[in-house]
Amino acid sequence: MEEKIAGGAEENLAGGAREENIIELVDLTRIFEDGVAAVDKVNLKVKKGQFVTFLGPSGCGKTTTLRMIAGFDKPTSGKILLNGKDISALPPHKRPVNTVFQRYALFPHLNVYDNVAFGLKLKRQKVTYERTDGRRFSKIEKLGKAEIAEKVNRALKIVDLEGFERRSVSTLSGGQQQRVAIARAIVNEPQILLLDEPLGALDLKMRKDMQLELKEMHKKLGITFIYVTHDQEEALTMSDTIVVMKDGEIQQEGTPLDIYNEPANAFVADFIGESNIFSGTMTGKRRVRFLNKTFDCVDDFEKNEKVDVVVRPEDVVFAEEGQGMVDGKIVSSIFKGVHYEMVCMIGKTEVVAQDTIERKVGEKVGIVIRPEDIHIMAKEFTVNRYEGYITKHITVAFGDGEFACDVTQLYENSTLDEEGYLVTASGEKIDLTDTDVEVEVGLKDIELVDVDTPEQEGGAAGNIVSIIYKGDHYQVIVRTDENEEDYVCDTEYTWNENDRVSVIIRPEAIKLKRKEEGKR
Amino acid sequence: MAVSAKKIAAEPVLEEKKSCGLKGVFRRSFLGIPYALFLAMFVIFPLLLIVFYAFTDKNGAFTFGNFIAFFSSGTNISNLLISVGIAFITTAVCLLIAYPVAYILSRFKSARTYIFVLLFVAPMWINFVLRAYALREILNLLGLLGKTNFLNVIIGMVYDFLPFMILPLYTTLIKMDKSLEEASADLGGNGAVTFFKVTLPLSVPGIISGAMMVFLPCMSCYVITDTFGNSKIPLIGKLIETMFGTASDWNMGSAIALIMLVIMFVTMLCTGGFKNETTARGNAL
Repeated sequence: MEEKIAGGAEENLAGGAREENIIELVDLTRIFEDGVAAVDKVNLKVKKGQFVTFLGPSGCGKTTTLRMIAGFDKPTSGKILLNGKDISALPPHKRPVNTVFQRYALFPHLNVYDNVAFGLKLKRQKVTYERTDGRRFSKIEKLGKAEIAEKVNRALKIVDLEGFERRSVSTLSGGQQQRVAIARAIVNEPQILLLDEPLGALDLKMRKDMQLELKEMHKKLGITFIYVTHDQEEALTMSDTIVVMKDGEIQQEGTPLDIYNEPANAFVADFIGESNIFSGTMTGKRRVRFLNKTFDCVDDFEKNEKVDVVVRPEDVVFAEEGQGMVDGKIVSSIFKGVHYEMVCMIGKTEVVAQDTIERKVGEKVGIVIRPEDIHIMAKEFTVNRYEGYITKHITVAFGDGEFACDVTQLYENSTLDEEGYLVTASGEKIDLTDTDVEVEVGLKDIELVDVDTPEQEGGAAGNIVSIIYKGDHYQVIVRTDENEEDYVCDTEYTWNENDRVSVIIRPEAIKLKRKEEGKR
Repeated sequence: MAVSAKKIAAEPVLEEKKSCGLKGVFRRSFLGIPYALFLAMFVIFPLLLIVFYAFTDKNGAFTFGNFIAFFSSGTNISNLLISVGIAFITTAVCLLIAYPVAYILSRFKSARTYIFVLLFVAPMWINFVLRAYALREILNLLGLLGKTNFLNVIIGMVYDFLPFMILPLYTTLIKMDKSLEEASADLGGNGAVTFFKVTLPLSVPGIISGAMMVFLPCMSCYVITDTFGNSKIPLIGKLIETMFGTASDWNMGSAIALIMLVIMFVTMLCTGGFKNETTARGNAL
């Protein structure tokens, strides 16, 4: 007689490091065939049992990262460690992770039961038997029918779909299909569950319900969830850790509270929740000047450093006129359900505030902001820097463009003669053609015009890739096509993302410096 | 000081719909009239003619004689079986060749895939008889002509009908949601499991559609047996041709045509060819 004494998954990659990182991304990079780096040197450690969310706008690399963990995309370089072992070369079917796909990807030719049982039917396990004479031997076996049925039923119970076993998946509603997709993944007891915007196709009410259910499920199952979304509210609701991504790079990693209260830069602040972003200057120890007023704050930066100041709308408190730190006038008020969203003009700067008590449009108010509600972060761009060279037309080429400039600043007291040679103070004639230079252009010195504007041809052209509102102006990033050079500029005019613009810079605003190497 | 006007807002001006003179008289369904006429003249009327001829004798009297004559002849029955057999073999061979081709074409990531699809489909644009004779010459060069009649007919049929199998398969495979295959891999399925449990079952509509497009015309095609089989392989289509031609027995010919029609109808019914959702038509080009 043979007695079954132990059964276990054939591939047990776990073991060893227990309480440690279940997954670790090391310099993970994915460059697509067209040369675009979708994921650029991402480093991340995920603790076992955590609910981690990759959050970012579309095209930020979050889905590509997830696909690399699942095995559908091969990294260009870098490593994916699962329990300390590199799995980057493993095909998807050998990884102990399961995915809930964006559009569910249920098998239309199978019913609910067979969809959920798909993975189990493929599973092999090592079963050890003991013979009556005491000797033990092991066999690789399929799961038994009864065992599969039991597991499928348990999974369907978790997602609240008991009694749906024989239904065809095409007869199910979006929410039910979603549940089948989740059941199909968790029934395999993966070490990590990957979810690729799983709630994107559901309506708002259903989405809210599923968010809570998923969070509950995560608690019950105790496995690691890696979740991808572009919905910041979803991320804040569900996650233990949020990883904010942009352009293939991690911008910030932290708990929802950290990310919300202490955004690392203006992008994160703008992306997570509503925020007022102002340009400010540090005036002393924990003192920052913005809105033409000096405020106390809790962050410490170098004196005179240019900084971004972030204030959440709900942290802007109204007082009677003259009793706040600074006075302004309400210019708009919108009822949002629980609160009113009001815009207050202070000088030329807009401040968005939220309060349950409405202030009428036209009302003059004072504003109070507590020091701990003023979040200060290093300014990402204070000046545009490029490497360029002088052309034979005595213009300067940089950033995929060519601009008229004043080359006499390269040598002190020099002048330009009629033939285009530079005459130095000592009378030496210099041919500047091909001289390498360092170029600096201030953010306010760049003017943008529509590419089609007649008679206003800029030195370079590109598309607007980012716009961040900073209270009284927009910070716009223009990216050229050829070498993807960025022009960051502050402008009062309203543009749209993807607008095609020409970049105009006044010759005297271009600061040139000779490079040490000399001639090219 | 110059006064300048600034555009504040632009509103589209909605033009009032002019009531059409024909309104109330003209209906959209009227557009179908030319098609209905065409159908009546070229499909229904000839069909009725065939039915009429099949059930009458030379003098125009009603009879079952044509059918009795057909089924009581051993040669006719064997011809029918050979026709079905050749159509079946051709369909099977076409499927075996077309599936891998369509699969590989559908997996090409290049934007120039259509060139390859074109390569397989372009022969369809050349005159059928011309193509048949070209292949005949090739078989002649190989020394097969006149020797392996049965094989030659199969080669001719497969060569001729292959594109009709490739196109619906390609269309089905290219439309298939790639995330389904990823889902299979994700759940532990290796390449073979994914193919046999997901890709193949999901491409069944394409297989059926392609099989119909090959099987049905194969049954009635007699040009190919004439060209390749030395007229030694008797097909049902050839028999009908003889009845209407040299034998000038229109009644018998109509009866055989009707029998074939019923066979085709039953085949379509069995494979679900009438269901709209399962027919993936070759509309890639």
